[in-house]
Amino acid sequence: MELICPAGTPTAFRDAIEAGADAVYCGFRNETNARNFPGLNFSRDELAEAITFAKSKSVDTLVAINTFMHAGNEALWYKAVDDAVDLGATALILADLGLLAYAAKKHPGQRLHLSVQASASNADTINFMVDTFGIKRAVLPRVLTISEVAAITRKVRCETEVFVFGGLCVMAEGRCSLSSYATGKSPNMQGVCSPASHVRYRRDGKALVSELGAFTINRFAEGESAGYPTLCKGRFAAGEQSGYIFEDPVSLDALVHLDALAAAGVSALKIEGRQRGRAYIAEVVRTIQTTLGASPAQRAGHIGNLSALSEGQRTTSGAYEKRWR
Amino acid sequence: MQQVTPSQLTLGPLLYLWQGEAWRDFYFRIADEAPVDHVVLGEVVCSKRAHFMAPYMQEVTERLQRAGKRVRHASLALVTLPREEKATRELRDLDGVIEISDLSALPALAGRPTTVGPLVNVYNAATVRFLASQGVTSICLPPELPFDAVCEIVGSVPQMDFEIFAFGRVPLAISARCAHARVKGNTKDNCQFVCAEDPDGLPVTTLEGQQFLALNGVQTMSHTCQTLIAEIPDLQAHGLTGFRLSPQHCDMVAVAEIYRQILDGTLEADQAEMALQAVYPDVPFSNGFLHADVGADFVRTPLPAAIGQ
Repeated sequence: MELICPAGTPTAFRDAIEAGADAVYCGFRNETNARNFPGLNFSRDELAEAITFAKSKSVDTLVAINTFMHAGNEALWYKAVDDAVDLGATALILADLGLLAYAAKKHPGQRLHLSVQASASNADTINFMVDTFGIKRAVLPRVLTISEVAAITRKVRCETEVFVFGGLCVMAEGRCSLSSYATGKSPNMQGVCSPASHVRYRRDGKALVSELGAFTINRFAEGESAGYPTLCKGRFAAGEQSGYIFEDPVSLDALVHLDALAAAGVSALKIEGRQRGRAYIAEVVRTIQTTLGASPAQRAGHIGNLSALSEGQRTTSGAYEKRWR
Repeated sequence: MQQVTPSQLTLGPLLYLWQGEAWRDFYFRIADEAPVDHVVLGEVVCSKRAHFMAPYMQEVTERLQRAGKRVRHASLALVTLPREEKATRELRDLDGVIEISDLSALPALAGRPTTVGPLVNVYNAATVRFLASQGVTSICLPPELPFDAVCEIVGSVPQMDFEIFAFGRVPLAISARCAHARVKGNTKDNCQFVCAEDPDGLPVTTLEGQQFLALNGVQTMSHTCQTLIAEIPDLQAHGLTGFRLSPQHCDMVAVAEIYRQILDGTLEADQAEMALQAVYPDVPFSNGFLHADVGADFVRTPLPAAIGQ
């Protein structure tokens, strides 16, 4: 299985390659990609340089153009596709049907991957994308169990890629407007979720309150470590319950399932986190490559080395295990 | 000369789980009394719920059709299991038009006229053109779309009919995990259908007591009710002809009657707002998405002058 690593900056891109990435994914510095955060991503020149470096190391570059085109401003997305192709990207990662249609028609030889943001959660959808747009790989949404991943991978006429480490979407990706409901900015349209521009922390007595837009997302007692207010990982009240009703502030770590994912026929493992620092990325890549290279007996020793890097130091296998539901 | 299509009302699929008889009686009354042109039936949110309505589907469909309503059947929004894929493929066997809620229904219904519901990502005219090439004849645009995008899309593809999500709590997200069951101490696999205890959704508040969201099984909805009123003349002026009402646990016949008057221009916006508040009290209204603003907000300023007019 190939290891796909995120890069939010040119230095992180180099570090990921030095640390052993088989492929690196990145995006342009605008709302055409789903990690449109301040200070992140690549200019056209930076991407050209990165791709040249990657090629010299026989590493693939995947360019994510995986938000949905704004009606009336499609040219920005079309240009992103044309530029990525011109610069020699190995593959484009796309979600928007209109953009897929454009890329398939304009650049028939270009390798296309279906982004997780396309929310293709079953074999029928993926095979339709293969037949219609010639996609070569689908990134599976984080809503599937391992056995569902295996069943889909058996049935589809393209490769599959799954997330193994990093941020965990609780909701089906590409089908979530929670962020724009609270802030007006969404993953699908602006490439952001729970954006920092709308985050506020305030003291309430000894407690620390985190807010997103006009809504309280969490409240931390004195001494409790305060996490980022990602909407679906906040504390709320519903019925008789009060707490993390959607998901705890955990991140995904599916390394215990590496053998099962390999047996399922998955082609590529993806690390989330283009917003992460270069040291983090390099450490994660190194540890996962070591784990992948280890014998099954040795592997257990390596798993868990990453937990200190995880958000809130707590991890989950998420939907890969059925009991998560 | 341009032909003017009169504005039409669509009653979207009931997104909550209601007991079978309550479901049937709701639609019987819609058939007999509600001034709606189209009715979308079927379970969109959770495949486990389908058996609640199944015994009544045929009589409800017939009653609606006898009353002159055009009936569509909606597909499931999140398809992951083989039995869900199978259920989606079997929509082919139904008479009439299918409303697609997940793209897996598109190949399953190839060659058939279909419509697309609000849970499919349609953000631009290029996507509309692609869907048109696949036999789609009508699209309910995603509730998240701002007005400029709506105008741009509606104006650019004249052969497609469009609807907008005009009334109802907004379906904001869907998950493999059932927060509704978990909040009530169950897992999804042994959920005991506890979502049926909340026929209008289970309110989610912040820790400071602000009303925020509503749980509907695996779906998360807005607490507010998206309510487009003052915006409707502008939408009509830009060629939008379909207006969708999403069933809430309130008098939807009255809601439809109010909207019919809004569409016909016989009810002023402020009166319409008061009338809707009387029919669906306790739930605040929102329209922020259309105003390119915070979705939860109710914006009273006019829509920006749109392009292409």
